[in-house]
Amino acid sequence: MIKQVTVFMENVEGRLALVCRTLAQAGINMHALTIADTQDFGVVRIIVDDPNRALDALTQENFRAQLVDVAAFSIPNRPGGLADLLDALAEAKLNIEYGYCFQTKGESAVDVLKIKGENVARALETLALAGYTTLELSDIVA
Amino acid sequence: MIDRQEHVLTMPHAEIEAVQLEGIKRTLIACYENIPFYKKSFDEAGFDPYAVSSLSNMERAPFTTKQDLRDHAPYGMFARPLSEVAEIHMSSGTTGVATVGGYTQHDIKIWSDCFARSMIYAGATESDVAHICYGYGLFTGGLGAHYGSMAAGCTVIPISAGQTERQIRVLREMGSTILCCTPSYAMHIADTALEMGLDPAKDFHLRAGIHGAEPFSDNFRSELEAKFGYKVLDIYGLTETMGPGVAGECWEQSGLHLAEDHFYAEIIDPETGRVLPDGEWGELVLTSVDRQACPVVRYRTRDITRIIPGVCACGRTHRRIDRLHGRTDDMLVIRGVNVFPSQIEDVMKTFPQVSSWYQIELTNERHLDEVTLKVEIDPEFDFDEISALEGVQRQIASHLKRDLSVKIDVRIVEPKSLPRSEGKAKRVIDLRKGVFND
Repeated sequence: MIKQVTVFMENVEGRLALVCRTLAQAGINMHALTIADTQDFGVVRIIVDDPNRALDALTQENFRAQLVDVAAFSIPNRPGGLADLLDALAEAKLNIEYGYCFQTKGESAVDVLKIKGENVARALETLALAGYTTLELSDIVA
Repeated sequence: MIDRQEHVLTMPHAEIEAVQLEGIKRTLIACYENIPFYKKSFDEAGFDPYAVSSLSNMERAPFTTKQDLRDHAPYGMFARPLSEVAEIHMSSGTTGVATVGGYTQHDIKIWSDCFARSMIYAGATESDVAHICYGYGLFTGGLGAHYGSMAAGCTVIPISAGQTERQIRVLREMGSTILCCTPSYAMHIADTALEMGLDPAKDFHLRAGIHGAEPFSDNFRSELEAKFGYKVLDIYGLTETMGPGVAGECWEQSGLHLAEDHFYAEIIDPETGRVLPDGEWGELVLTSVDRQACPVVRYRTRDITRIIPGVCACGRTHRRIDRLHGRTDDMLVIRGVNVFPSQIEDVMKTFPQVSSWYQIELTNERHLDEVTLKVEIDPEFDFDEISALEGVQRQIASHLKRDLSVKIDVRIVEPKSLPRSEGKAKRVIDLRKGVFND
C-alpha cells in the first residue's frame, strides 16, 4: 500500500495552481495527479515522492488534505493489461472505489487502486494469487 | 352587515387608553391565576397584578421572551382549558419545539377584526376579491388573511402559496383585486408574469396589496407598486401575540396603525429595558388587552421600530409604528419563515463530518430569498469519496428543510485562512437587496 495525497478544492480558479505551486515550493515532485470534480468542488489525488512533507506543506497553506492508503500494482504495458487485473477482482466479487494508471515505460505500467478498507486484504490476496506484484512508493518514485 | 369598525378606529385616544387599562387588568389577573409561569414571574419581580391602576404601572411588570414561550410549549402558556380553544397555530421551532398559540372563538373574532382593518384601510368593499396566497396551515398568514378579508366583506380566494403559474392564471381570470402574500412572493409573481410576456399592471385587476411576514424596504415597495400598478400596504404581526394584524398601514402609507384596543405597545431600550418616549427607536413590546387563550404580558418582539408621534392624516386615532428597522437578535426571515442561526447550528451538530464553522449567505437575485449554508469538512473525516461528500451536503439540506421548513443549499467549502478566535465570527452574510435599507 502507498500513501496518496487527497486534497479538497473549491471549484474556483487558481486553487489547483496553488496546490501545485505549494508542493513545488516545498521541493516536492509529483508523479501522478487526477481530479474528480462536481459542480461545487473537486477532489484532487496526487502521488508524490514525500507524502508526509506534502501533507504538511498543504495544511500550512490552509488546504484540507489527507493521506489515503491506495494499492499500487505493476501491470503489463499492453492492450488488456488493466482489463485482466480488473477481471480478476470482478471474478472474486470485489469492487473498487476508483483507480488510475500512469508511468507506462517499456514493459510495465503502474496501476493505482483505491479499495474499501474491509476488502483490502482479500483484494491483495486475490491479485497476488493472480500473479500481480504490489508496489511500494520507492518502486514508483525511484 | 359588514362591520367597518369606524367608531373604534376614530375613538379619542383617552378612550382607547381606558379600554386598554380595563383589558390589561383582566389580562394580568388571568395570567397570574392560570399560568404558573406568570405567577412565578410576577412574584419574583415583586409585581402585584391586582394593584395596577394606570398604564404606566406596566413599566414594573416583568418581560416575556420567546424562550419563555418555547420552554412552556405546547400548552403551558394557555390561560384557558383546551376545551375552550377553537384553533391552534404554531411558529417553527428548533428541533421540533415550536411556540404554540391558541385562540378561543372570541380570539378568532379579534384576529379577524384586526386583519380586516388592513382591508378597510385599503378601502375594501363587497366588490373586492381577496387573493390569499399566504400559506394556509399552522402558520398564521393564510388563515389570518382569510378571516380578515371575509370579515371585511371581500370574496375570498384561498389559493395559498406556490404554483406561480396557476396564481397568474387565477389573478387574470378571476378578477382578484387585492393581493395578500409576502412581499417577495408578490415580486416573484410579477417577475414570472413579465417573463411570460404579460404586463402585471394591465393584465391583472389588482388595486392593492397587503404584504407582510417579512421586512421590505421602501425601494422594494416602489418596485412592486410600479410593476403591478397598485398600492402596497405593509402589515405587521407575530404568531406569539396573535398573527398578522397587530398593526397595518393605511392608504397614507405613513406608518402602521397599531390595533391599540387589542394591544398595548411599548418601545423599550433593548439593552436596559427602559421604556422610551414616542419617536425614539427601540424594541417593540406588546401586552394583550383582551386575548383569552394565550395572553402575553410585555412580550419582547425583538423588532426595532418607533411610535410615530402625531396624528395620521387619515384621521384614525390609533397610534402608528414605523416600518421595521431590523431586529435586536440574529433572527432571519427567509421567504417569510423565521429562522435562527442557532437552529441551523443544531442541525449541523448532528453531522460529525462537518466542523462547527459555518457561514450563511443570503441573496435575492430574482427577488426570492436564496440561502446557501457553507460548511467545512471536519479534519478527522475521510473525504476521499465524492459520493460521501455530496451525500453530506444533501443530508444536511434535507434535515434543514425538515426542521426549519425552508430550502437551504449546502455547500462544502475550503477552510478559510481567517483566524477563528478573533472576536465574534461573522456567521451571516446578507447580500439581499430591498430588505431594510437601500
